[in-house]
Amino acid sequence: MGAIAFPTPQAGILARRESILAGLAALLPPECLITSEDERRAYETDAFTAYRRVPMAVALPRNTAEVSAVLAYCHAEGVPVVPRGAGTSLAGGAIPQEDAVVIGVSKMNRILEIDYANRFARVEAGVTNLAITNTVSAEGFFYAPDPSSQLACTIGGNIGMNSGGAHCLKYGVTTNNILGVTLVLVDGTVVEIGGAAMDAPGYDLLGLVCGSEGQLGIITEATVRILRMAEGARPVLFGFPTSEQAGEAVAAIIAAGIVPVAMEFMDKPAIEICEAFAKAGYPMDVEALLIIEVEGSDSEMDATLARIVAIAREHGVKTVRESKSAMETAAIWKGRKSAFGATGRIADYICMDGTIPTGQLPYVLRRIDEIVKHYGLRVANVFHAGDGNLHPLILYNVNDPGEAEKAEEAGNDILKLCVEVGGCLTGEHGVGIEKRDLMHHQFNRVDLQQQLRVRAAFDAQWILNPAKVFPLDGRAA
Amino acid sequence: MIVVRRPQDEEELASLVREASGHGAPLAIEGGGTRKGLGRPVNAGITVSVGGLHGITLYEPAEMVIGARAGTPLAGIEAALAEKGQMLGFEPPDFRRLYGTEGAPTIGAVAAGNLSGSRRLWGGACRDSLIGVRFVNGLGEIVKSGGRVMKNVTGLDLVKLQSGAWGTLGVLTEVTFKVVPRPEVTLTLVIEGLPEARAIEAMSAAVGSPFEITGAAHLPAMAGAPARTLLRIEGFAFSVEYRAGALAEQLKGVGALGRLEAAEADALWRDVSDGAMLSEPRDRAVWRLSVKPGAAAGAVAAIRASRDVTALYDWAGGLVWLATPETGDAGAEIIRQAARQASGYATLMRGSEALRARVPVFEPEPAPIAALSRRIKASFDPAGLLNPGKMHAGI
Repeated sequence: MGAIAFPTPQAGILARRESILAGLAALLPPECLITSEDERRAYETDAFTAYRRVPMAVALPRNTAEVSAVLAYCHAEGVPVVPRGAGTSLAGGAIPQEDAVVIGVSKMNRILEIDYANRFARVEAGVTNLAITNTVSAEGFFYAPDPSSQLACTIGGNIGMNSGGAHCLKYGVTTNNILGVTLVLVDGTVVEIGGAAMDAPGYDLLGLVCGSEGQLGIITEATVRILRMAEGARPVLFGFPTSEQAGEAVAAIIAAGIVPVAMEFMDKPAIEICEAFAKAGYPMDVEALLIIEVEGSDSEMDATLARIVAIAREHGVKTVRESKSAMETAAIWKGRKSAFGATGRIADYICMDGTIPTGQLPYVLRRIDEIVKHYGLRVANVFHAGDGNLHPLILYNVNDPGEAEKAEEAGNDILKLCVEVGGCLTGEHGVGIEKRDLMHHQFNRVDLQQQLRVRAAFDAQWILNPAKVFPLDGRAA
Repeated sequence: MIVVRRPQDEEELASLVREASGHGAPLAIEGGGTRKGLGRPVNAGITVSVGGLHGITLYEPAEMVIGARAGTPLAGIEAALAEKGQMLGFEPPDFRRLYGTEGAPTIGAVAAGNLSGSRRLWGGACRDSLIGVRFVNGLGEIVKSGGRVMKNVTGLDLVKLQSGAWGTLGVLTEVTFKVVPRPEVTLTLVIEGLPEARAIEAMSAAVGSPFEITGAAHLPAMAGAPARTLLRIEGFAFSVEYRAGALAEQLKGVGALGRLEAAEADALWRDVSDGAMLSEPRDRAVWRLSVKPGAAAGAVAAIRASRDVTALYDWAGGLVWLATPETGDAGAEIIRQAARQASGYATLMRGSEALRARVPVFEPEPAPIAALSRRIKASFDPAGLLNPGKMHAGI
């Protein structure tokens, strides 16, 4: 691969490397500053591994004050900064560049406050998504957004990308579950936005920062909403003879006033890949699988499921299999959540993340199939059916440069298709570098210029994550 | 004399703004005019009414999404949704009784104000339901952000920025919301006679239960009726009954849970969301405090020590409505101090024009945030034409 351009590293900055490292060394203890090439290489990419750039240095500050000092220094020196959580971005949101300092929040991993009565937790940005839920689960609470990478990804990164997950149909995405942040602005100024109250005053800076991909500042702390867990949760597998029938069943469930906590779709290739990995008991003789999860007491779940099963039968469901134990439930979700990893065992892949109006599902699935076939490749589809967030996994062989390029082109065609039918380029992974050059397809010049002016209100000099989100041309607002 | 302009479509609105920008003429923006009396007085010779932009542009019940032009009456949206068994998830308030206004609230103004009713506790705020906007910025350009799908992280989220900007960052021309199913059954449980602090504990326990409480409000004793703590449960009949029983069991140490008649309960929740219980006497200032729920009763007690106030609580204590005489600063200083101590802030929802000119209506911002707000305002509206000064001086 290599169609995505990076800005040419600024020679003036590279030439000053020694003095910049000395400047950083004056702000951080040695264990918080990585300068050797071997160790820097560990930060050269994220989960969008086709692109790699070794950064000039990696700073791992221990607190807000150190983030502020490093950021102020880089700003004064005109050195680009790439914020980094755990480096799990599938869109290349954390890929560095040679003339940049990576500021990673991994050492800031303390849980600062848990308040069950007021239903929030205050944590440092490097705390992992799952660690929040694990910390509060003994009291019956959880943090709702659950991206598949939740074991590793940080809350800072989640906020940066406005991460989603399988359960956001009921509970919303990150932006709906964050109450406040401590944000370090590019010049080192520390601001508090929101907090323990449900609403924040003034312009919705919290909403703006969520999903801003490290372009507006660096988040060092977050106040997140925690919710009481339902009494129980039960996923059920529904196997359908065709994708169309599965799609129609999803629409009919919603039309019946039922919003399950999750409705996940897999097509046949995805079922085969995930079943081989997780041995979750997915039906192998169907073309489409829905995992539908409901919550509540046993009697509530029984009643809700009875309604869902009746609707599924009206739409030709072939197999219905309820989870009978916690182990089965875990296996069912393990299969779905490891879809990307399991795919990685059989082929290289790129994962798309467009969202479409769900009514367009049958048409879009057919077109995806045609597009991928046109390039002579294969695709496995997993997606969040309730909200139309697709994840086609385009399989290719990384050692064949021709195939890699074709995969990238097929992916671009699929994302353009998502926009054409009324959807968007990315539902939960972010733009990063991956979709940066497609932004013109979703936004016209005026739309993009407005976003760029807002960006400039925070970072007029393009210090923060400069190669990302916005096409490299036409940036002068 | 104030000139009212009423463009009939987005293009006409955009050219009107471009024309105003040519003369440097500020514009006051109006939907249905039902919230006159909210915000700092805007000094503009021209009022732009978006009432000419109306009509539902998109409604896909199976996708749980509705879009409409900004001047569409809220009532029309709600009726269309009800027909398909759906509703807006944040229970949009209707402030006509609070302000003593007539006319029809519009969907664009709902979006621009980001004010949510009682269901915000469970269903999120207005801004959480808003997924797409089109607007005309201060340059007279038509800009879009977000869209019609509920998961979308493409580019900066200008949708959120517009929600709660009160028209200072653009004139909304079209808004798209995600919607939720209308519950089959709504049940309101009531506990009578709890003092404020105990009521908030009870609401906190209820909301911290697995029983999905979609409304938790505490009303003071008034007009002979005792104080009432309301807890609302919604959903399918089988589920509501089960949860009501389980909740009563959990709260049995607090007090007996009665049930309200559906019609009475609906009217009460309407009153709570709309702030209608504090609409009389009309010469009182009305504040809305967003605070850490557990600190709400303490904040009110601190204010009550030096002022005559009537308080009611929504969002399990997270929202406090407060009425107080308009004497002096109408309590601005002590109310804001108490709200800050409760990790929150206060908004002057109603006050005379003179009061709103001398007391900050929206929470004053610390210097670095104020600087950001000014730069953001300039990025949308460099000449400061749109609702100038409505939120803060210059914004």
